[in-house]
Amino acid sequence: MSDDLKILDEVTQSDYKWGFVSNIESENAPKGLNEDIVRFISAKKNEPAFMLEYRLNAFRHWQKMEEPRWAYLQYPKIDFQDIIYYSAPKPKKELASLDELDPEIKATFDKLGISLLEQKRLAGVAVDAVIDSVSVKTTFSEELAKQGIIFCSFSEAVQNHPDLVKQYMGSVVPYTDNYFAALNAAVFSDGSFCYIPKGVRCPMELSTYFRINSAGTGQFERTLIIADEGAYVSYLEGCTAPMRDENQLHAAVVEIVSLKNAQVKYSTVQNWYPGDKNGVGGIYNFVTKRGIAHAHAKISWTQVETGSAITWKYPSVILKGDYAIGEFYSVAVTNNMQQADTGTKMIHIGSHTKSTIISKGISGGKSNNSYRGLVRIGKQAKQARNFSQCDSLLLGDTCGAHTFPYLECSNSTSKVEHEATTSKVGEDQIFYCNQRGIKTEDAIGLIVNGYCKEVFNQLPMEFAVEAQKLLAISLEGSVG
Amino acid sequence: MLSIKNLQAAIGEKQILNGLNLEVKPGQVHAIMGPNGSGKSTLAAVLTGREDYDVNGGEVLFENENLIELAPEERAQKGVFLAFQYPIEIPGVSNATFLKEAVNAVRQAQGKAKLDAKEFLMIMKEKMALVEMDKTMTQRSVNEGFSGGEKKRNEIFQMAMLEPKLAILDETDSGLDIDALRIVADGVNKLRNPNRSFIVITHYQRLLDYIVPDFVHVLYQGRIVKSGGKELALELEEKGYDWIKEETVA
Repeated sequence: MSDDLKILDEVTQSDYKWGFVSNIESENAPKGLNEDIVRFISAKKNEPAFMLEYRLNAFRHWQKMEEPRWAYLQYPKIDFQDIIYYSAPKPKKELASLDELDPEIKATFDKLGISLLEQKRLAGVAVDAVIDSVSVKTTFSEELAKQGIIFCSFSEAVQNHPDLVKQYMGSVVPYTDNYFAALNAAVFSDGSFCYIPKGVRCPMELSTYFRINSAGTGQFERTLIIADEGAYVSYLEGCTAPMRDENQLHAAVVEIVSLKNAQVKYSTVQNWYPGDKNGVGGIYNFVTKRGIAHAHAKISWTQVETGSAITWKYPSVILKGDYAIGEFYSVAVTNNMQQADTGTKMIHIGSHTKSTIISKGISGGKSNNSYRGLVRIGKQAKQARNFSQCDSLLLGDTCGAHTFPYLECSNSTSKVEHEATTSKVGEDQIFYCNQRGIKTEDAIGLIVNGYCKEVFNQLPMEFAVEAQKLLAISLEGSVG
Repeated sequence: MLSIKNLQAAIGEKQILNGLNLEVKPGQVHAIMGPNGSGKSTLAAVLTGREDYDVNGGEVLFENENLIELAPEERAQKGVFLAFQYPIEIPGVSNATFLKEAVNAVRQAQGKAKLDAKEFLMIMKEKMALVEMDKTMTQRSVNEGFSGGEKKRNEIFQMAMLEPKLAILDETDSGLDIDALRIVADGVNKLRNPNRSFIVITHYQRLLDYIVPDFVHVLYQGRIVKSGGKELALELEEKGYDWIKEETVA
């Protein structure tokens, strides 16, 4: 608990403390989007023909699509021609060792508390760090390779493991899936790639850290995780951005393939710059995350969403094989002028498939926080089960919480349960804490952390502490 | 220890306390009785600093310090404790976590070292025995799903942990069956000592069979209209409040 106190002490002074800009020289593509830009990116990455073709198909498809507007979000039309689609830290050459890493980049990650040094091994985390469009460093690749695990940047995977990329890229989220997925497929510049061979339990947490640095750029990264039969991996994702008074676009795609008996646990702490108190600036976060779980496989999404001006994100699981399991644990916090429309989709195809959804929305300030979730039970999904619990917590009376659950059940042997609650951090609760000697900020931290406990319990230890800190910071000034 | 002089307080437009006077010395137990709406719970709320109440006259000195000026948590840190009439639930926060936060906040404010996990557990164990509390209660979320009796017992347990100088019991007997009442009252009696004072707010004489007060006061229309020894409670039980009302009007 003393940790918590420390955490809450930090709350009192903090604004967005990751909002610094690093002075890293970067190489940018010209603004705007057309086929030439797509070709430029592909050429920059020295990609094989199949990649360019994939990108161009995606781009052509995207041009025919309409930007979706069904989410409970309000924002001006995005000018896709006003965005830089490729930005890479310069000089970019193969790094033989960490010593060759641009000191500014190293300093950036040190500042973020992410050590790229191999000592991080002690903490059991391998890191892939992505600045703007390009992966700058992946740690422990060699160590992991001994067990046949591939953990590298997406670009490297395209070069070194084109067959795997070709086989799985787009197999879970095809570029035709949605507007932002199509955009990503056309212009994505990097991301992480991970393959765990048959029967291997990945000995450390794998982690990708995303950082937007350059102004006027969008970040479009793509992550592909393949857990072969019987494999296990726990994957962490973190992200931050400088404070800027423009809105920056982040449109990522994450695909997970969990083959027979495999387990993938994917945890996110999303902390993009949320904009200032008046809603100026902040990241527009439009992300497609989906996994496919084969027979007896499991995919578990845990997300703590505290950042971004706009969040549009529905980490989903296609429960394709019999007895597959899908889980979604989410804490979404909005404060000030932030807006979030987030939830999940659980698509039950196989029989005896099981899904669990625990969603905790917390809204303060003038923010809006929506849960949107789909549970679809197909005809063949005999004995499928779903349990959903969606709770909303309001801090103050100028914020909004909304729940949009969609249940589609085509099978009479299945069971779907949905529970939803909306509550307010009451003055009563705060006064009760006060009366026991606990000051108001600490009381809110205590109450909110209690409310999120079910989700935090799912996070790896280190991440859970991080999440608690973030929560407290994001909620600063949310009440009275 | 506590000196209330001519205290006046309102909630919104409604004036509730109209010049209340009360002197509490260390170690004393004062019972406050009175009909519904006489201002008993308002007194508890004003002493502990509830926001909705507006103190518009008089003064409250606690150990020679103006209590009214202090924030609710500061009052708690100085040793004022309220056992709530309706204890509040805090889902997901275990009783143990909550109390450790509270005890250490109070200790810190008093310039004492915080307790580490082991010290805290030892003390918790000892105090749990005092109120005959089940071990599992400390791991359950604060008051969540507690029965009426468990909630009240939990209040007394918290009091034992926080070791206040002044404890205010706001209708602690309401909603308790006779066994629970006995356990709660036993807990309180064990916590009585020459330096700790109690204000026991109650409707019924029954509680005072178990927690024997030094003084009984009758609150009516926001003032203390009659004071006496413990026998006053018996008289009230027998005759009701009407004769007091008549006396007051006359």
